[in-house]
Amino acid sequence: MKLAIRQLSLRLQQFTLGVDVDLQHARTAIFGPSGAGKTSLLETIAGLRRPDTAKISFNDQLFDDSGQNYSLPVRLRRLGYVPQYDSLFPHLSVERNLLFGSNGKPKDHTLEFHHIVDFLDIGHLLDRHVRSLSRGENQRVVIARALLSAPQLLLLDEPLTSLDAKLKNAILQQLQTLHREFGVPMLFVTHDPMEATAICEEVILLQEGRIIGRGDPAKLLG
Amino acid sequence: MPPLEWQIVRFTLAVCAFSTLLILPVGLATAWLLDRYHWPGKLLVETVVTLPLVLPPVATGLVLLKMFGRRGPIGHFLSQHFDIDVVFTWRAVVLAAAVMSFPLLVRSARVGFQGVDQRLEQIARTLGARDMRVFFTITLPLASRGIVAGIVLAFARAVGEFGATILVAGNIPGRTTTLSLEIFSAVQLGHDATAYRLLVVCVVIAFSAVWLSELLMKKRSME
Repeated sequence: MKLAIRQLSLRLQQFTLGVDVDLQHARTAIFGPSGAGKTSLLETIAGLRRPDTAKISFNDQLFDDSGQNYSLPVRLRRLGYVPQYDSLFPHLSVERNLLFGSNGKPKDHTLEFHHIVDFLDIGHLLDRHVRSLSRGENQRVVIARALLSAPQLLLLDEPLTSLDAKLKNAILQQLQTLHREFGVPMLFVTHDPMEATAICEEVILLQEGRIIGRGDPAKLLG
Repeated sequence: MPPLEWQIVRFTLAVCAFSTLLILPVGLATAWLLDRYHWPGKLLVETVVTLPLVLPPVATGLVLLKMFGRRGPIGHFLSQHFDIDVVFTWRAVVLAAAVMSFPLLVRSARVGFQGVDQRLEQIARTLGARDMRVFFTITLPLASRGIVAGIVLAFARAVGEFGATILVAGNIPGRTTTLSLEIFSAVQLGHDATAYRLLVVCVVIAFSAVWLSELLMKKRSME
């Protein structure tokens, strides 16, 4: 993958997010304390926030160019976004949530559908109502839904926060092999050094909206 | 119940259902635009939409009569170009019901839209959905509580409409007489039995509408 972020500037409450970086690794962590601007950076890449200035492109597809007042609509970016908040559609079943991005019909599942559902071990949840899911089940369904929309990049915003240790480990293992299994690169936001080290090849250190370091997670965070 | 009263009940239900259906798309669009966007003249539109709620219905009826009468700007236009008469016809009954119930639909639907987590709409877009699909599959279902409440309120208001209707549609037996107008006439003429029979019908209609909306909402929340 090749994600190029040029002269990104976004004014936030406490500071201005200022990022200029090229990302090439398929599994990259954005690491930093709470309030460092990690989520804002992810939302800007996803097109959910309009930066003050920026030129962002992914694999030569232009996402944003403030100079030309251009912003590619969110739906055309094909980014699987897994936010921190509850993002399953509460009025739809698990199955309908999963099929939302692929426009598929229930009971008419593709091989890809079965592959993703089996990989994340959520086959038994398909008929369940979203409100009845546990936190861990919820997260796995959100990740599966994002994968099913055939994204060119996964944006994961602290997907393991507020999970107990056992669940965290289970999903961590799935995330470790997710790239190998589906070939989708990912940007992984976290404030936990262990998660960044376990999942990613490269880590970007973010503090108060600035990149203060990048490199091998084991060396930088270990 | 005599056939004439049945006819009044059928007529009332039909015009009220028709007026509610008529204002539904415009009401939803207005509520959505008022909730989601800031635009010049928004305050003016908000005020105009609310006016029928605070003006005496008879005053609203008078405005409608002046506008839709044959010599009024809209009435003249409709009569000249489409050969359509509005005042003192069933169309005037629909018009009065629609205008009087419109604010209730808009206010309730707006509350419904306000309750929708807009982040979910954003997530739907990240999953490739166009704005139209987001509106119909995410926004509308999540706002349905407010919208259904608005529909029921609008329908009930239409059934109870009296002041504007009598001005703009008159009380022409067999043509523009509604339940409310007939109850009024019956009481005036001392036909107590008729008045009480129609009162019971009104209660049944109101009860059914509220009960149906509660049932729909219950079903929705159990899904």
